[in-house]
Amino acid sequence: MTNTFPESSLSIVGKSVKRLDAPDKVKGTAKYIDDLSFTGMLYGAVVRSPHPHAEILEIKIEKALKVKGITGIYTAKDIPGKNIIPLIHQDQPLLAEKTINHIGEGIAVIAGESLLAAKSALEAVKIKYKPLAPTLTMEEAWEKQDILTHWTIVNGDVEKIFQEPGTIMIEDTYYTPYQEHAYLETNGMIAVLDGLGGIIVYGSLQCPFYVQNAVAAVLGIPLNKVRIIQATTGGGFGGKEDSPSLPAAMAALMAWKSGRPVKLIFEREEDMAVMSKRHPARIDYKSAVYPDGRLAAVEINYCLNGGAYATLSPVVLWRGAVHAAGPYKVPNVKINAYVLKTNTIPCGAFRGFGEPQVAFASESQMDRLAEKLCMDPLEFRLKNILRKGEQTITGQKVETSMGFEEVIEKVTARADWHNNQPENCTRKRGIGIALTYYGVGLGARGKHLNPAGANVVIAPDGSVTLAVGTTELGQGMFTVLAQIASETLNCPIDLIRVIEPDTSRVPDSGPTVASRTTLMSGNAVKNACLEIKARMEKALSNENINKLQFQEAAAECIKKSVHLAAHGWAVPPWTTFDEVTGQGDTYITYTWSATIAETEVDMETGEVKVIKIVSGHDIGKVINPQMGEGQIEGGVMQGVGYALTEEHIVNNGKILNNQFSTYLIPVAPDTPEIISVIVENAFHWGPYGAKGLGEAPLIGVAPAITNSIANAVGIRLNEIPATPERIRHKLQEKAKQ
Amino acid sequence: MKPLPKKITISITINETPHSIIIEPTMRLIDLLREKLFLTGTKEGCGKGECGACTILVNGKTVLSCLMLAIQADKAKITTIEGLSQNKKTDPIQEAFIQEGASQCGFCIPGMIVSSKALLHENSNPSIEEIKYGLGGNLCRCTGYSKIFKAVQCASKTKNENI
Repeated sequence: MTNTFPESSLSIVGKSVKRLDAPDKVKGTAKYIDDLSFTGMLYGAVVRSPHPHAEILEIKIEKALKVKGITGIYTAKDIPGKNIIPLIHQDQPLLAEKTINHIGEGIAVIAGESLLAAKSALEAVKIKYKPLAPTLTMEEAWEKQDILTHWTIVNGDVEKIFQEPGTIMIEDTYYTPYQEHAYLETNGMIAVLDGLGGIIVYGSLQCPFYVQNAVAAVLGIPLNKVRIIQATTGGGFGGKEDSPSLPAAMAALMAWKSGRPVKLIFEREEDMAVMSKRHPARIDYKSAVYPDGRLAAVEINYCLNGGAYATLSPVVLWRGAVHAAGPYKVPNVKINAYVLKTNTIPCGAFRGFGEPQVAFASESQMDRLAEKLCMDPLEFRLKNILRKGEQTITGQKVETSMGFEEVIEKVTARADWHNNQPENCTRKRGIGIALTYYGVGLGARGKHLNPAGANVVIAPDGSVTLAVGTTELGQGMFTVLAQIASETLNCPIDLIRVIEPDTSRVPDSGPTVASRTTLMSGNAVKNACLEIKARMEKALSNENINKLQFQEAAAECIKKSVHLAAHGWAVPPWTTFDEVTGQGDTYITYTWSATIAETEVDMETGEVKVIKIVSGHDIGKVINPQMGEGQIEGGVMQGVGYALTEEHIVNNGKILNNQFSTYLIPVAPDTPEIISVIVENAFHWGPYGAKGLGEAPLIGVAPAITNSIANAVGIRLNEIPATPERIRHKLQEKAKQ
Repeated sequence: MKPLPKKITISITINETPHSIIIEPTMRLIDLLREKLFLTGTKEGCGKGECGACTILVNGKTVLSCLMLAIQADKAKITTIEGLSQNKKTDPIQEAFIQEGASQCGFCIPGMIVSSKALLHENSNPSIEEIKYGLGGNLCRCTGYSKIFKAVQCASKTKNENI
């Protein structure tokens, strides 16, 4: 039974209102960080290590200081506060002091009168290194037991099941690559002293309060002297969650020391070479199933290549581990998840956050189990999906907002699953399915970061200002929050403005991550609006308020000294999770998803053409259907890239393909027909029933595609991307059998 | 061979306004637009001609402004994204992008719209396949392209066309 808000009761939530930020973006008037300039501004460049692991013996800057236009060069010893980017493990320095731990690690920053001057001086900085033996692979790290994090989830007795005669088993090892965010706008910051003992940093970023924390720590000044302002940001996808703290603190250091504004923009090749990425993973997966098709047990060893520093890896791993068995009833599980430390680029957040890697493995396993049982892949999954009232692998009962069956039903209908049969010639078509789920919000491990604040202020002329600490990255936050405010206040959306996050003007709403913004900032905005509305209704009689236009009502209230401003605070229901037992409630709600891919495989070249993708999600309530589709279409294409063309080739810790011509993201001609399906099974705690959508669309795409390849040409890939080379190799292997 | 002069004067018409500008011969066209003329609508996504974000029109043809020197544009007529919405009017393509929800983070959008304009000038009624290939040089990471194609189709239906 679908649980929704009655359509007739909503006036703007649920409508495809035009985006508030669209006019400035189509006219080219929106200001991104590189579009801003300040008088007396200097330009920064970063001296980076060419070695994956080394001791720094000596840094000589004298020659570089003499380069025309150079105003200053700074190293770790110039840092007034702490040489640490504060996050989870407190292990990452801003600038390497004695030891280098990855290629591209920053050692010194150069400030010059022009960008050309700053870049010219890079080579003049002379550093003496003593190279050390690096740990370059997960296997090497495992040998040395260089483990940054370890999570365990155990339930039941997998060993006993594996011994049972009659159970059918599939066991394999899966590999997934680095994935690059490839946001069109690279990382960039401008730091400006405010003349009052403080500093302002403008930048391309997702989490202004994370950056504030880092800049304050590095400069050794209190938080209330650090003001972070988000410029219009050209994409994030998680890549601008924690890592902007590095360019921000670098720019801040240079501004602090020089007394002048400093602009630091990373070039594309630099950004691709050194900034965070999706963790490469190795997943050892063993599944046992009863002959009647019920899942009996899974044993998973999930390893992420964390790189040189912990950054966000512990939480990426946790989300991945919690979702590792897929959205199914699995009575016996043994999951060991590890982040391994290597001398490579530190990896972090990327849409899906630890789930895409393990979903590739788990949904490949499900398909192979179905094949072994001679069952239709959909029927086999349906036999095992979590249904209302059943328990996840951590013992959490999923009782509310479970539109999973409806999503599967609608997606399989739109994809015509039952009638879809491949054609036969040199180009073979196939169809594949993947079922996934995504715990919305930060979950039990992120409880302390989860609360969200919002300020809503109505001016005497009735215009409304919304202030939140989460950010617009293109996902549509400004518009969604304006719609929620418009609905709650019963106020025309044209009167509403969402200001850009400025830590001195907005409350902390937590980070813009985990598909949490509509849910958390939306609730905070709604709460503030409800408070104001109540005051307005009290001041004006109900009859009166319905007769007045919003602006007139506001003016009347001002006359009566009604306070038309409020602070909203949203704290989600508590989750219980025991890190020792790996059991308990992990997330307050889940987005349930189904992805079906139809592909065509060229048997001669190994190329895969994606014909159609049907991508469906139960998100509780879609605030803006057109923007919801936009998130699905965008997430699906990132998934297509992950499945078919995107990987970083690494040699001795160095990324070799750090350009758009060598790291291949999908281009316009690669776009298949994408059918978006949105199901609304209201979440009682969500604003108007809404959950989250940002990440879910990406997660199931790769396994749906590789499952469709198996359906088309009978080969099973245990590694993505499914490049023509890998497919041809598998086809040749199969031909020999 | 004569040494390069330190400064050179070029005559260039940008969005129908003629300019006479003194520049260094090594200046890129994108920097002339963004740094000297403060037309920051044109974006730099890679600096290597691989992403299309810097696309502008030079004498009506699409050009990657990060790969062109400003002196190469001497005597040329340039159109940037700002030129499409002069005098407060917006181009039907811009309207269509708003209508169809084709912009998310917006960084690729100026280049995407300029490329769309050139495409529709050459082919006023393109098929989906022709649109896909026409925009093949403009990378987008947010939208998944589908709504961009819809916007171009929608704009092609609008009779109004100005270049």
